[in-house]
Amino acid sequence: MQEYLPLFADAMLLTLFIGWIGVIISVVLGLIAAFIQYFKIPVLRQIIKVYIELFRNTPLLIQLFFLYFALPKIGLSMSPQVCGALGLGLLGGSYMAEAFRSGLESVDKIQSESALSLGMTKFQALRYIILPQAISTSMPAFVANIIFLLKETSVFSAISLMDLMFTAKDLIGLYYKTAECLVMLVVFYLIILLPVSIVGSIIERRLRYASFGD
Amino acid sequence: MAELLKEELLRIEHLRKAYDNTVVLKDISLTVHKGEVIVVIGPSGCGKSTLLRCINGLEPIQGGKITLRGQEIDGNSKDIAQIRQKLGMVFQNYELFPHKTVLQNIMLAPMKVQKRPKDEVEAQAKQLLERVGLLEKKDSYPRQLSGGQKQRVAIVRALCMNPEMMLFDEVTAALDPEMVREVLDTILELAKAGGTMIIVTHEMSFAKAVSDRVLFLDGGEIVEEAVPEKFFSDPQTERAKRFLRTFEYDAVKHHDI
Repeated sequence: MQEYLPLFADAMLLTLFIGWIGVIISVVLGLIAAFIQYFKIPVLRQIIKVYIELFRNTPLLIQLFFLYFALPKIGLSMSPQVCGALGLGLLGGSYMAEAFRSGLESVDKIQSESALSLGMTKFQALRYIILPQAISTSMPAFVANIIFLLKETSVFSAISLMDLMFTAKDLIGLYYKTAECLVMLVVFYLIILLPVSIVGSIIERRLRYASFGD
Repeated sequence: MAELLKEELLRIEHLRKAYDNTVVLKDISLTVHKGEVIVVIGPSGCGKSTLLRCINGLEPIQGGKITLRGQEIDGNSKDIAQIRQKLGMVFQNYELFPHKTVLQNIMLAPMKVQKRPKDEVEAQAKQLLERVGLLEKKDSYPRQLSGGQKQRVAIVRALCMNPEMMLFDEVTAALDPEMVREVLDTILELAKAGGTMIIVTHEMSFAKAVSDRVLFLDGGEIVEEAVPEKFFSDPQTERAKRFLRTFEYDAVKHHDI
């Protein structure tokens, strides 16, 4: 099995790289979408609503197929790497938007008024008072979303990205070492995800303690 | 007192406030001078809290004008943040920032809004905390404090901005009876020190002790305005009489045992 380790390691790096770029895109998209909904910006708000429902309720595999196989038909072709990161980002954005929005909405309006009454601008109230509380409330959902997105990378092989799943399937096909390869697959996914999970729960606990004390 | 009362601070002219078709404040006119303590009382839903929120520009108004030292208060104007620094507001449910310690709660706005140096703000914050007997709580989080302590911190937080005027919105309504006292004593201290304030309250004996002038609000208008001695002993209007009677109880013992 040892000779396949480098193959798995390379695949893991690819999975990590595209996975985290996807996560970053999803955070940016999610923040934009959440703010548009929180501030009830007309027209954009309806567009965001449609975006969220569309991407939350269709499988990533199908979204990737669209990006990779359908868009070139209208002259927009992208490399599998870009498709993977973008697809993950678009899917993740719809999940992140909901996590951030619920965090923002969990902070009472009067907290913001309390900040305004101290002479803060709306931006200062948002930055110092609303956002810190919103972030700690949305943290559990945020961490869960990251883990979910990194796991979703396992469908990347469908658009010929040589990720962990692709490598495992390849090796199984070549050498029939099914059990070993599947174990390796699990181990490598754990290597990717356990740190996220552990760091996530530490951050969650610290933020919770700061905000709510339990 | 007479010379203290000369300088005009706040002026409200024909204020009208309505939510859709419900008129909350009809035609309120009021002038507050420097050093004056105004108490606003009235049945719930009479518009007392709304009045304070309008003064702080937290509610859009539908008519009339509110000015602080001649400067118009309008929640949408650019100057509103600068005007609000001069108005210290204390809310019924404290509204401390739960993610910040007592000291951080107090120091945030003076440092970020007024851009004052940290050392100076911290010294003032500690001195004010000392005054309300809460210096040893400076590093606690709001959740670790009792209601009365939270409210005193909220008062200190507003004071640390060195406002020209304080607005108290039913600040003891959410407190247990034994904690009401400590908060009211703090406000009495401020009044004694010459602070200008508008107080909305249901504590009648406190109102009587602290105020220079009592406004009785009912149905969105000022029904009666008088010095406390007169208002509480000899109210002129039927509505005020009826309201004051709700604080009295008739004995129900019919015979001696």
